[in-house]
Amino acid sequence: MHWMIEFLLFVILIVSAVVGLSVRNLLAAAVILTIFSFLTAAIMVSLGAIDVAFTEAVVGAGAVGVFSIVAILMTSRKSRD
Amino acid sequence: MSSRNVELCSKETTMMAPTESPIIHLASRGISPVILLIGLYVFFHGHYSPGGGFQGGVLLAAAILLLRLSLGTSLSQPIMPSWITLRLSALGALIFAGIGLVAVLFGGNFLDYHFLPMPWLDPAYLRYYGILMIEVGVTITVMTTLVSIYDDLLGC
Repeated sequence: MHWMIEFLLFVILIVSAVVGLSVRNLLAAAVILTIFSFLTAAIMVSLGAIDVAFTEAVVGAGAVGVFSIVAILMTSRKSRD
Repeated sequence: MSSRNVELCSKETTMMAPTESPIIHLASRGISPVILLIGLYVFFHGHYSPGGGFQGGVLLAAAILLLRLSLGTSLSQPIMPSWITLRLSALGALIFAGIGLVAVLFGGNFLDYHFLPMPWLDPAYLRYYGILMIEVGVTITVMTTLVSIYDDLLGC
């Protein structure tokens, strides 16, 4: 039972990483990066490392998301490469 | 502060005017004190549960950054003005290094709380309050540095 939850978390993690790399809208990419970080925190909880998960959730899903949104606010919204 | 940043700063305050979306305005004003309270809880329980100075400081900074992002810069300045952030950050680093150097001064190693000059306390409680004082410095430094990074990115 436990491995199914972990497997589901890993599948959503890989899907969110691929989608976040391939999406053109930079704001959507920042939000999907936040989802990736939060799923990493959930996997850390399931592995038993509560402190690492706490730091990952707070920094990755909180501070880095805000800073990415501010950086997008200073440049363009769409990627043009 | 470049001219482009000044223009962006004024654009940000007009773009995020409080009357534009009252839902976001009210929700961020309601959620932010709860995040502050959770940050204080994490900070004070850092000795014997997951958490500590760094995580508590980032949570306190996240509450202020939520207000900065949703209310705009001019409305959220009275909570933590941008001129005070770097000075508080230096004060936190001074608290951290100062307690460590006090322990050196009274004959121990750096950050050896056993040698702090408080003889009315047991050694166990001496280490307890020593860690608590160190984490006060860490929390203040992390919180104000994150807020000052945000202020410096927007240039206001």
